[in-house]
Amino acid sequence: MRAVSIAIFGMILLGCDGQPWNNPYPSKESNANIYYGAFAERPKYLDPAKAYSVNEAVFISQIYEPPLQYHYFERPYTLEPLTAAHMPTVQYFDKEGEWLPANASPHDIAMSVYEISIKPGILYQPHPAFAKLPDGRYRYHNLTEKQVRHYASLSAFKETGTRELTAEDYVYQIKRLARPDLNSPISGLMSKHIVGLRDYSQVLREVEGEEWIDLRQYPLSGVTVLDRYRYQIKINGDYPQFRYWLAMNFFAPMPWEAEYFHSQPGMKQQNLVLDWYPVGTGPYQLTVNNPNRKMVLQRNPNYRHDDFYPDDGTSDNPKIGQPMPFIDQAVYSLEREAIPRWNKFLQGYYDTSTLTSDSYSEAVNMSPQGSIDLTPDMQEKGITLQTAVALANYSLGFNMLDDVVGGDSERAQLLRRAISIVVDYEEFIAIFANGRGVAAQGPVPPGIFGFKYNDFNPYVYTDTSQGVERKTLEEARDLLAQAGYPNGRDRLTGKPLVLHYDTVASSGPDAKAQLAWMRKQFEKLDIQLQILTTQYNRFQEKMRDGNFQLFSWGWYADYPDPENFLFLFYSPNSRSLYDGMNAANYSNPEYDALFEEMFDMPDSLERQEIIDKMVAILRQDAPLAWGYHPKDFMLSHVWMSHEPLNQIANNNLKYLSIDPALRQQYRQAWNQPIIWPLLLLLGLLILFALLIMRHYRKKVHQLNPQVEKH
Amino acid sequence: MLRYILQRVLYAIPILLGVNIITFLLFFTINSPDDMARAHLGDRHIQQAEVDNWKASHGYDKPLFINYDAQGVKKISQTLLFEKSLRLFMFDFGYSYGDRDIKADVKERMWPSLAIAVPALLIGLLVNITFAMLMAFFRASHIDTLGVVICLAMMSISTLFYIIAGQYLISKMLHWVPISGYSDGLGAWKFIILPVIVGIISGLGAGARWYRTLYLEEMGKDYVRTARAKGLSDGVVLFKHVFKNALIPILTGVVVLIPLLLIGSLLLESFFAIPGLGTYMIDAIAQQDFPIVRAMVFLGALLYIAGLILTDISYTWVDPRVRIR
Repeated sequence: MRAVSIAIFGMILLGCDGQPWNNPYPSKESNANIYYGAFAERPKYLDPAKAYSVNEAVFISQIYEPPLQYHYFERPYTLEPLTAAHMPTVQYFDKEGEWLPANASPHDIAMSVYEISIKPGILYQPHPAFAKLPDGRYRYHNLTEKQVRHYASLSAFKETGTRELTAEDYVYQIKRLARPDLNSPISGLMSKHIVGLRDYSQVLREVEGEEWIDLRQYPLSGVTVLDRYRYQIKINGDYPQFRYWLAMNFFAPMPWEAEYFHSQPGMKQQNLVLDWYPVGTGPYQLTVNNPNRKMVLQRNPNYRHDDFYPDDGTSDNPKIGQPMPFIDQAVYSLEREAIPRWNKFLQGYYDTSTLTSDSYSEAVNMSPQGSIDLTPDMQEKGITLQTAVALANYSLGFNMLDDVVGGDSERAQLLRRAISIVVDYEEFIAIFANGRGVAAQGPVPPGIFGFKYNDFNPYVYTDTSQGVERKTLEEARDLLAQAGYPNGRDRLTGKPLVLHYDTVASSGPDAKAQLAWMRKQFEKLDIQLQILTTQYNRFQEKMRDGNFQLFSWGWYADYPDPENFLFLFYSPNSRSLYDGMNAANYSNPEYDALFEEMFDMPDSLERQEIIDKMVAILRQDAPLAWGYHPKDFMLSHVWMSHEPLNQIANNNLKYLSIDPALRQQYRQAWNQPIIWPLLLLLGLLILFALLIMRHYRKKVHQLNPQVEKH
Repeated sequence: MLRYILQRVLYAIPILLGVNIITFLLFFTINSPDDMARAHLGDRHIQQAEVDNWKASHGYDKPLFINYDAQGVKKISQTLLFEKSLRLFMFDFGYSYGDRDIKADVKERMWPSLAIAVPALLIGLLVNITFAMLMAFFRASHIDTLGVVICLAMMSISTLFYIIAGQYLISKMLHWVPISGYSDGLGAWKFIILPVIVGIISGLGAGARWYRTLYLEEMGKDYVRTARAKGLSDGVVLFKHVFKNALIPILTGVVVLIPLLLIGSLLLESFFAIPGLGTYMIDAIAQQDFPIVRAMVFLGALLYIAGLILTDISYTWVDPRVRIR
């Protein structure tokens, strides 16, 4: 009883600061210009040479600045300079090293030279690696292991410094991609493109083992510093997609001082590694790095003043032309589970939220016409919804090396087309994705050059007076019969057609239902589907070995170029034959030739025509049953600015703004503690105690009546 | 006593070795070093050369158990099993694939785990004992029947339900405490209170029913009848005599759990966003971070053995008839 009273008293005291009791943040932050978000999975790497996942990019893209970025509002997605003074200039050379004009045939180009100029005056965030003594020596560059033990975190280093960003920092980072001990996921890919990178990796392998390798001492033939603000990258042949890589963190600058600082003895034992303490020139710096709990990005005090909010096409946005960033701090809390994450969003403790299946019905209504609106509850709270089709595909694929479903015979083609018709992805989207998706008509998703609106796959859909509709079951059955499997039986042997579908075992709530649904789709054609669920590793192994028939596959774009989707069907990229990304092992010489022609072309009508031909070939051959492009839903509170979703840029924090005072009002209104149940509970406990006492006395009296007399 | 403890500690070595080998076998049956490399490098644009490079830089380019290319003792010492496991016995847990010192991470994350587990255990014990004693005292009455029914109902409900219901009712509807989160120092109490309550309630059904059985068993013994025959009241018999004797299995059952409190609760930590060791393990499994999994399994086995030794010792404290030799 006493404990309960103390607890109540404590809670009342807690409420005396005027903050809701359930506020998970310190009360002093209530009116601060802080963005609150959540992350579900701890980032694995924060080193720009290693980080490749979206959950890592969320943090480091606010800190590191590659030379280019995506224009936040323009669609199709367009590159623009970030730290670069202007877009890189590209020069082409033939085998003899002779200069070629810009319109030279890609076949003549032996080497492309990208020259990048960066803006002068850009400063790094404050960091102890840059701190200097009055005599010019670095303050923390000669620490002993014993000294390092006194520093539990980076903030324990009291002195910090900065310096100007130089071209050498960009070159240094590109050299880091080749470091064998860093295991950069793009080292193999870039070794094919950047001149000398593969050999450079061998050079570094010979000096591996040293505490720190000063990469400045080891020249890389393909990447050179021209002067303090200019550097050049030599690319084998013509690879126009390289410009997109220049907008990724892999190509962000790395100051040698930071790498040296973190490689000192004892730093690793203190978890003070570069992988966890990014050092950048971006609008934010990571001030709290506790991936087990929270990550805090603080406005970089050294951030330049020439990064302005771009024209978003509206004339009434007061932010246009204002210097970015707008938010002082961003606090991301680790929140693994969707339910608490969603509830905290509803309480106003997270400013934005994605929409998961758990919260779908509470957040949105889907009309019979398929349009999606917020529920009245959400509208009442002032929550807004933004949607965008992701630059991604989820599909059912056929192994083109398989004897039954694969190959370029007409029989196999008809079989694949029949299956493509009956696997009803509109139904899948409605049932399992809650309408969050668009049925795919081919490999290229909307928002990317090459995608054509009002275009459809004529092998799966028919244009009717009611619009484009999926072909009928009868048409699919007819195709199946033409393929030699009338009513799902092999015409020659009379045996039923049995297909094997490989998929990754999932424990998700919809996993079993999805598999049952898939089996049902094949039953429409009387095809027996055997589902082989395996662990992810085994699934990947099967894909590499070519030991599969049907499979599920997904692809998210690296960059917004059709090449990044069409290369998934280029035969030299075959998964099973060459360990590439062509999971279906599709091979078509005509397609390959068109791909080779298209991939290094600038976006133009001519390129569109070639893409159209390639898409037509793919639709006809049907190596995939095209599946769907998922749609992302983002909910924001009324106090947040409502920038449109950008599916490719990750450095979006600088564009956002909030109204902290308005947020505080809403939080107060939504989170007033309801006290009467506490009193009721207390009353019930007292009542229970009294009842027990009464029963106790009664029992004692019954057992031993004379006790009471004494 | 000292000899006994030393003996048990020595027994622990082959057990730990066995646990280590089994973990190694299980992990590498599911994940080959190639799988691990691909899991860490991602599956985009990765080819065998990068996989081999990852394996070489993480020491996974050696055979698992026997190195046929090596000579003499190196046939064993230059293997993954030897290189990756022996260090654990020196409490050198090494580094995760994310280059974090595992020992430092364990030290940091055990406190949030303990912050929930210790109060949940102690208060839970108190509540369970009280509830069980009440049922035993009012045995065969309506109160007892009602208590048993409630216990059964509570046992039948999953912990997940208590967590979601607790968050919904206490945090979402009544706004008393934050739904999830954690804070250092004294500020942690408002984050801890709900998981502790949920932890207590979710264990109440099974705990109280078990303790009730222990009390009833004791209450049927001759010494209780003798005490009653001496004219002692039911309350005195229950609280003074039965309580003491029933405490022996309760305490020994609890002592074995104490070291394991460090390991944390997977579900509670996950739903309440408590940065403890339970979620550390879950993350490691999800990310195929073998050094963390190996270290945590080793630590778990070690703590379990410590718990068993403590249990044996606690027998001598609570039961004077037991002597350890």
